Amino acid sequence: MFLSKDRSGQSAVAALTSTRLLPNGYDFVAFALLIATIALVLRGSGDMGASLDTLAGAPVSLDIGNLPEYALRTTLRMFAAIIASLVFTFIVATLAAKSRRAELVIIPALDILQSVPVLGFLTFTVTFFMGLFPGSQLGAEFASIFAIFTSQAWNMAFSFYQSLRTVPNDLDEVSRGYGLSAWQRFWRLDAPFAAPGLIWNTMMSMSGGWFFVVASEAITVGNTTVQLPGIGSYLAMAIDQKNFVAVAWAVGAMALLIVLYDQLLFRPIVAWAEKFRFEQTASQDKPRSWVYDIMLRTRLMKRLTAPFGWVWDRLMLVRFDGGSTQALSTSAGRSSRIVDRLWLVVVLAVTAWGAWTAFDYMRETLSWADAREAFGGGLVTLLRVVILIAVASVIWVPIGVWIGLRPAVAERVQPLAQFLAAFPANVLFPFAVVAIVATGASPNIWLSPLMVLGTQWYILFNVIAGASAFPTDLKEAASVYQIRSWTWWRRVILPGIFPYYVTGAITASGGSWNASIVAEVASWGNTKLEAYGLGAYIAKATDAGDFRRVVLGIAVMSLFVTLFNRTLWRPLYIYAERRLRLD
Amino acid sequence: MDTLANTGPLVAVKGVTQSYDKGASGQLLVLDNVDLTLRPAEIVGLLGRSGSGKSTLLRVIAGLIRPTGGSVTFQGQPVAGPCSGVAVVFQSFALFPWLTVLENVELGLEAQGVLSAERRKRALAAIDLIGLDGYENAYPKELSGGMRQRVGLARALVVHPKLLLMDEPFSALDVLTAETLRTDLLDLWCEGRMPIEAILMVTHNIEEAVLMCDRILIFGSNPGHVIGEIRVELPQPRNRLDPAFRALVEDIYARMTTKTGTVVPAKDGLFPGTGIAMVLPRVSTNELAGLIETVAAKPYEGKADLPPLAANLRLDIDDLFPVAETLQLLRFAELEGGDLRLTAAGKRFAESEVDERKRLFAQQLATYVPLAAHIRRILDERPSHKAPARRFRDELEDYMSEDYAASTVRAITSLARYAEYFAYDDEADLFTLENPS
Repeated sequence: MFLSKDRSGQSAVAALTSTRLLPNGYDFVAFALLIATIALVLRGSGDMGASLDTLAGAPVSLDIGNLPEYALRTTLRMFAAIIASLVFTFIVATLAAKSRRAELVIIPALDILQSVPVLGFLTFTVTFFMGLFPGSQLGAEFASIFAIFTSQAWNMAFSFYQSLRTVPNDLDEVSRGYGLSAWQRFWRLDAPFAAPGLIWNTMMSMSGGWFFVVASEAITVGNTTVQLPGIGSYLAMAIDQKNFVAVAWAVGAMALLIVLYDQLLFRPIVAWAEKFRFEQTASQDKPRSWVYDIMLRTRLMKRLTAPFGWVWDRLMLVRFDGGSTQALSTSAGRSSRIVDRLWLVVVLAVTAWGAWTAFDYMRETLSWADAREAFGGGLVTLLRVVILIAVASVIWVPIGVWIGLRPAVAERVQPLAQFLAAFPANVLFPFAVVAIVATGASPNIWLSPLMVLGTQWYILFNVIAGASAFPTDLKEAASVYQIRSWTWWRRVILPGIFPYYVTGAITASGGSWNASIVAEVASWGNTKLEAYGLGAYIAKATDAGDFRRVVLGIAVMSLFVTLFNRTLWRPLYIYAERRLRLD
Repeated sequence: MDTLANTGPLVAVKGVTQSYDKGASGQLLVLDNVDLTLRPAEIVGLLGRSGSGKSTLLRVIAGLIRPTGGSVTFQGQPVAGPCSGVAVVFQSFALFPWLTVLENVELGLEAQGVLSAERRKRALAAIDLIGLDGYENAYPKELSGGMRQRVGLARALVVHPKLLLMDEPFSALDVLTAETLRTDLLDLWCEGRMPIEAILMVTHNIEEAVLMCDRILIFGSNPGHVIGEIRVELPQPRNRLDPAFRALVEDIYARMTTKTGTVVPAKDGLFPGTGIAMVLPRVSTNELAGLIETVAAKPYEGKADLPPLAANLRLDIDDLFPVAETLQLLRFAELEGGDLRLTAAGKRFAESEVDERKRLFAQQLATYVPLAAHIRRILDERPSHKAPARRFRDELEDYMSEDYAASTVRAITSLARYAEYFAYDDEADLFTLENPS
């Protein structure tokens, strides 16, 4: 641990004392990585703006030689979405944390948006963005990126907002006492303090994002079908042509992509962000990353990037607020409270107007029978989600506990579980369809497991994390007093891992709702399987280009998810936080 | 007046009042009409119990909090916000864990827009002065508490403040480290090596105040107000074993424990509020029993002088006083002139076995703690012998803030559980008469 530190210290000293700028071995590796990245980004983004005609002239083909190009395009979409999510997070969450009135609107909005099925959005966004860039691929690209963005941004913004609200009081007083400008304070206090939580949530968002990038590249809305070059389109075509070899290639490419992304981007960031952890004692096992180590040991690269450091340093001295120190904290006066009330009235009025507009729009062609149908589908999908989460819990909780209590096993399985959670399960759907058709099983039952195929891993790796963190003294006490079998599960380990389990189950259940839109309708070539449910309702409406039914379906699903969260998960979460936390 | 302002005090606090909104029940007064002047070349200590508002006063002077009433001037100018001539050292060190020692020290200069070369030069000078050489690139989490507070001091000194404010700077450190840091700071001060004109420090450690300060302001609680000012004329360096030093410490202990002499008329113990509205501190029943046993045993034989008692038990006044005062409330002991003397009930408690102790405790609770008696009476009256704790918290909130009400109910729960006077079911938030059998 100290070894790497000392070395980097020495190299810094060497760079200061010697005027020679000889690159070392690490420089070459770092340089190669950097140049490769820049070249790939330029190449991929150059193609994004191509016209739709070009796309029509050279449609997505199953040629394996095209797969690296497709992988690149898919990755760039992920990048664009994550950057957009970060910008959104910095602006919106900061606004919510600093302004009481903005908070009043933003936080409930984020809460609802979290529950809205992302895939339902596609219908509108494709139409909207295609209209924005007529004749260009850019419209479809934006629609796809926006779909990924909507799956990522909300939880990141929430995490950032919560961190900003819990900035330690003494550090807040230091920044005010020493007169930091709002700009300086954001980069010196707010952003670093929020970094660990934000990075973790970004990684989770990224995992979820792969699912949506695959689902959003080949889009059919009514008569319009757009296939953007990417792994998702490649896969869609392979499914259409019943080409198993191509499906296998797509699965392989996807797996490789996720591993590369993790190794080249997230590991280094996590290793670097270790210093932002808000704890006063040095932790024992630090996250490591070979890429980060290489960056630390370069010599020439450090000199070359020094100007950026200088620019950053000067930026820190900029005072956007004209040199005035931050205002004192004063309690809100009577007049400002009246403004608050007025603001609340305005917000409620706008909300009511919006709801009425949506209702009015749907009423034109839809009747109460349609609402009943969507609602009935919602109940069926709800039943599926509940049963599947229960089944997944019964399977994975004991396994997760078994693994978590064995550090040697956990060390190997944990990365695998996280990888599986990131892996877009929709890639595997064709195999299920073939199996169901071959055995003649009921799609209503056997399509259902697809909903948790990708999300069950959240339960597994959270339970592993919980069992690993279970205190040794409690384990020892349990064995000294010979607490065994059912008593041990009920009194010792289940309460111990419960907070972790709830976190995992919330993520899994939210993901399952979303997945229902692609899981309740699955196809293989001309074979199309369908299960009765709200997901299928939305999927069919999207295919038919029936916007009113899509709106209705989304509204009903959002309602179900919100109610489900409020009545089940949130109370459980609060209970777990209050009663069962071990630290 | 004009001449006064020019040659006058560094800081002038006049009639400062601070209160917080506590909703329907009105205002919670934290500071009541406090006056204070700080002249160049002196170290002034604000000595008081936790909750006496002394830290609030420090923050008012630092410009971090705007007072509800009264005025604060620094160098003749009214304080409207944090100003550049003032630096603050915090009890919790308040270092940024993601910045190195050097970056932490440079932070205040960065805020002033000082360029990086100049910043580095000044920061290294401050680091050198405070004895942190060699730690420039360390992160705070790699340092011990003493070293962290040195970083806090260096960060304060590097901005060349006229006034240094310290909020219990040594209370988070162990005894040896704290003493080293005090001595080092006093050496720098006496040798004039810091660019500081005056120091104002908040402390609850009586000996620390006598050791370091030229003047001590003693704070009374609820609401915070100055109850006395003591000038320490002893020459530096001071010796804790010097009889004059001891006498001063003794005198301050006595002043801080007398009921009379303050503006507030005598009431039950020293706790604010009367009857069921009394704010009770959360004190462990083990500590209550332990203190009774200690005072009953040799060498105290039922009567203990507080300074040596605190020293023997290694307790700060913030730990010792709430226990002693709860004993006084329960009439197990009396506080007078810096002494703690057991009553007849206290002596009987010390001699009894567990069951008898509980019976005795319940009896004192019923007689002298109105809130306990009140809850018990309601439980007796109800056929179910159950009552939600929420009900009592709401009742208390008519008299005190929400936090105090919750804390008082928790305190009474702890006392009643020990005495088996009534029981509490945390899951259901219910007071009951029955204990699980």
